[in-house]
Amino acid sequence: MTAQQVVTAEINGRPRSFLCEPRQTLLEVLRDQLDMTGTKEGCSNGNCGACTVLLNGRPVVSCLVLAVECNGAQIETIEGITPKDGLLPLQNAFLENAALQCGICTPGFLMATKALLRDSPNPSEEEIRFKLAGNLCRCTGYDKIVKAVQDAAERQAATK
Amino acid sequence: MRDFDFAAPDSLDAAVQLLAKNKGKARPLAGGTDLIDYLRTGRLSADLVVDLKRIPELNVLEVTQQGLRLGAAVPCYRIYEHPEIGTHFAALVDACSIIGGIQIQSRASVGGNLCTSGPAADSTPALIALGAQCVIASASGSRTLPVEQFCTGPSQNVLQPGEILQEVTIPLPEADSGSHYRRFIPRNEMDIAVVGVGASVTVKGGQISNARIGLGAVAPHPLFAEDVSNWIVNQPASDATYIEAGQRARKIISPIDDHRGTAEFRTHVTGVLVERVLREAVQRAESGTAG
Repeated sequence: MTAQQVVTAEINGRPRSFLCEPRQTLLEVLRDQLDMTGTKEGCSNGNCGACTVLLNGRPVVSCLVLAVECNGAQIETIEGITPKDGLLPLQNAFLENAALQCGICTPGFLMATKALLRDSPNPSEEEIRFKLAGNLCRCTGYDKIVKAVQDAAERQAATK
Repeated sequence: MRDFDFAAPDSLDAAVQLLAKNKGKARPLAGGTDLIDYLRTGRLSADLVVDLKRIPELNVLEVTQQGLRLGAAVPCYRIYEHPEIGTHFAALVDACSIIGGIQIQSRASVGGNLCTSGPAADSTPALIALGAQCVIASASGSRTLPVEQFCTGPSQNVLQPGEILQEVTIPLPEADSGSHYRRFIPRNEMDIAVVGVGASVTVKGGQISNARIGLGAVAPHPLFAEDVSNWIVNQPASDATYIEAGQRARKIISPIDDHRGTAEFRTHVTGVLVERVLREAVQRAESGTAG
C-alpha cells in the first residue's frame, strides 16, 4: 500500500495536520478522518455541489480535490461559518425563507452563497441562479433558495 | 479509488523527470475535475499522480505585445477575472465562464480541458478560433504545434508518454478583431455541449479580412473549419455571409447520435450557431469592445 502522507492545512482558521493516502479526497478526509460531517457527500463526481467547501477562498467540490493537494492550503467548511453569538445573516435568511427541506444540499449552498455574496454583495436573480448552478437541490425547486440569497444580501448590506 | 503515489514537484524539470521515469504509469494532475473522477470510476488508472500546480511555468498568465501566455494549470476563474484577457480573447472568456459551475471553474484548467481531449470540450473551439499554439514539454526538450492538431480522437491527443502540455499561447489579434464562443445545451448551465462553436474575425470597412472557426461536439475531436474560414475572408460582414458559412460548416462535420442529440439535430444546430457566433464576433469587432 502507498505510504500515507502528512498534510498540514488551516481548517476553519486552525492549523490541522492529518495523515492520509494520496487516493483520499478532501471530502473523505473531512468526514471520515477529521469527523467534520457537516460537509455532505452527494454524487461524488462534481455535479451536485453538496460537498462544496472554500479552498483558499474559492468554492470547490471537495469530492474532486485530493486531500494531499491541500498541503499549506486554507480550507473553510460549514463547521467554521457560524459566529459564536448566533447565526450569520445568510443562515438566518435560509431558515426564515424555508430555503431547505431535507437539508442535505444546504451546507454546500451556504458555502457557495458565502463566496457569491463576498464577491458580489448585490447579485441579480439571474446571477444567483447562474452562480449557484453547481449546487443541486431536489426539494425546494430553487425559488426559496434564490429568495433566501436575495434576503441574505439585504441583511448583509444592513449590517454593514 | 485504486491506490497511487502522489508527487507535487515545484519545477518543470522535476515534473518531466518524474513522468519520464514512470512512463505511461504517471498521470499529470491540474484541476483534477476530470482526472479524479476518472481515477475513482476506474476509467483511468495511475501508479503515480503528479500535481503540476506548484510549477511556476504552468501558472503563467500574462498578456504582452506578443499575445497571451496561458500556463496549462491555470484555472478558468483566473482567465475570466483577468483584466485584459476579455478585451483581446473574448471567446476564451466566453468558454471559461460556462465550463461546469463556479466550483469547477475554481479548479478546472484550459490545459486540462485540452488534455482530457473530449470532443465536446468548451475551451478548445475557442482556442482554435483564436489561433492558439500548444507548447509541449518533455525531458528531451519542447515542441510546439497548432491547437487544432492537438486532439486526435475522443480522449486521444498527440501527447506521448513523458510529455506534458506546458502552456498555450495565442497571438494578439490585430485591430478591429472580435471573437465569440457559444454552445447549445438543453439546460441553462452546467451541461455538456451538444454543439459548440468558436469564431474570431477581423473586419475592415464592412468586409471580413480574417476569420477562424472552431467546431466542438460534431466530430471525434474539435475541428478547425479551415475551408469555411477561408471562404469567409473577403466576404461582406452580412447575414448572407453568416448563413452561407453555417451551411458550409454543416457539410464538414461528422456528428454522432447520442442522448444529447441526433446527428441530424447537431447538423442543424451547427449551422445556426455558426451564423449566430459569427454575427456576435463581427459585432464585437466593430464595436471595439472585444478585439
